[in-house]
Amino acid sequence: MLNLTATELLQKQAAGDLTAETIALAYLQRLRETEPRVQAFLTVDDADVLAQAKAIDARRRRGEPLGRLAGVPVALKDVLCVKGQRTTCGSKILRNFVPPYDAHVVTQLRAADAVLIGKTNCDEFAMGSSTENSAYQITHNPWGHERTPGGSSGGSAAAVAAGQAPLSLGTDTGGSIRQPASFCGIVGLKPTYGRVSRFGLVAYGSSLDQIGPFAHDTRDAALLLEVIAGHDPRDSTCVNQTVPEYTRMLDQKLAPLTIGVANEYFGEGLDPEIEQFVRDALKVYERLGATIKPIALPHSPYSIATYYLVATAEASGNLARYDGVHFGHRAETFTGLIDMMKKSRGEGFGTEVKRRIMLGTYALSSGYIDAYYLKALKVRRLIRQDFDRAFADCDVIVGPTSPTAAFKIGEKVSDPLAMYLSDIYTISANLAGIPGISVPCGFTKAGLPIGLQILAAPFAEEKMLRVAHMYERETAWHTRRAGV
Amino acid sequence: MSLSADEVRRVADLARLELSDAEIALMATQLSAIVDYINQLQSINTDGVEPLAHASDVHDIFREDVPVVSLPPAEALANAPARKGDFYRVPPVFGE
Repeated sequence: MLNLTATELLQKQAAGDLTAETIALAYLQRLRETEPRVQAFLTVDDADVLAQAKAIDARRRRGEPLGRLAGVPVALKDVLCVKGQRTTCGSKILRNFVPPYDAHVVTQLRAADAVLIGKTNCDEFAMGSSTENSAYQITHNPWGHERTPGGSSGGSAAAVAAGQAPLSLGTDTGGSIRQPASFCGIVGLKPTYGRVSRFGLVAYGSSLDQIGPFAHDTRDAALLLEVIAGHDPRDSTCVNQTVPEYTRMLDQKLAPLTIGVANEYFGEGLDPEIEQFVRDALKVYERLGATIKPIALPHSPYSIATYYLVATAEASGNLARYDGVHFGHRAETFTGLIDMMKKSRGEGFGTEVKRRIMLGTYALSSGYIDAYYLKALKVRRLIRQDFDRAFADCDVIVGPTSPTAAFKIGEKVSDPLAMYLSDIYTISANLAGIPGISVPCGFTKAGLPIGLQILAAPFAEEKMLRVAHMYERETAWHTRRAGV
Repeated sequence: MSLSADEVRRVADLARLELSDAEIALMATQLSAIVDYINQLQSINTDGVEPLAHASDVHDIFREDVPVVSLPPAEALANAPARKGDFYRVPPVFGE
């Protein structure tokens, strides 16, 4: 059962072969067996999980209509607020924070009758690319114990890859869904900025953050996106646009299909083994009749520098709320109000969060704001214009998700810049606000998964999913499961 | 370009962040390297380019000005590190 997709779990429940309770029990057991090695979860409340599942079974027995994810366990990155359940953001500063409300995506999941199985580990406040910046634990990659699962949504990606949950949600500010999906051999999708409400998502970089699904295949990812997407007046950047039926259109091949390939995504730093599998994937598309067209994204080499100014500037403002006054950690001893704030923050935040607050504060400080922050916003527009021009000539842009497969735990922790560079291919999509998906496209000789990134124009998720599904139907990479 | 320890202290003060001497030394080195990397942006010609703060096309969204239910005080205060009745308790702001 644990190798089934969410779509199959729904079919088997409808046919009477499985109940939500048996599904929940099986996943909880798998979770308990594998957690000592994977460490993907920060909070799991077995009794609550089973109560949710039993309630759905009872309603099914009474013949009541059920939601689109009825009885399917979904894990949540621990930056998403669940009413009454501890939400830590992987930070000591929120060790005891219990949200008084549900995030919008959680409300949507409950309305769809999903079973919320638990909260997953992540880099502190989603700042990182390996999940090593969590204040609580190191999550291990199910495909290689000594490897990171990527990050920052590493717990959500590892949970699906390890068969602890069929679906999960992560957040992507610079690649934090797509890169861990690539490292863990699963599908991960970052929606267009504004497609999914950020209400109840603890903010990191507000103009970049988006919530999106992890799944074993594109159909499950499309299904979960359908459930969480849509207008919510509580997030003023969330657009009032009909959500397409992604799952219904999925099987329709896109024809004609023009795939843009950017030289900038195949340059120095790309592991030749990864490049080979990505080139092979392009050949699959060619066999399906697609036209491969060279495109240029001349400003993409500047995306990391731009991101680390925009995201940190926004973070320095967003994280000002952790001051020991309203919620979160307060220092025990201090002298006066300002000292209370400084000590509470100094004790509560980890090194990477401090580094980013410092960088953002510096970039916004008097004398530097024009040279750094405003300059970055101008380059951001150039990056967006690159994509606008490219999508006038092609339907999607295809390339590697990450320049390497999963790196080793500890390999990059002492060199922040090297860690930042692992997001080189994902980060510009956040700056431009466009959607992206990573799908499995091979394995290295060492047995580590490789991800193919497909980028599309704003609100072209339907097209992006159909293109991803075309490849998935021709290959079997997505059916491989990690043996934990 | 390198950031001095004093400059790091000034920024930490602006960010209301207490850092140990060891953290200040580490930040000075690491932030200098990151700022060096970021300075590559200075080579790009951005004359006449409008800053892009936000990729979304929606702006100035308002809702009807009607009262909606807010969190009751008990729930709003449930995470307070210190409280007195229905108030957050903080050290004196004036006359420290």
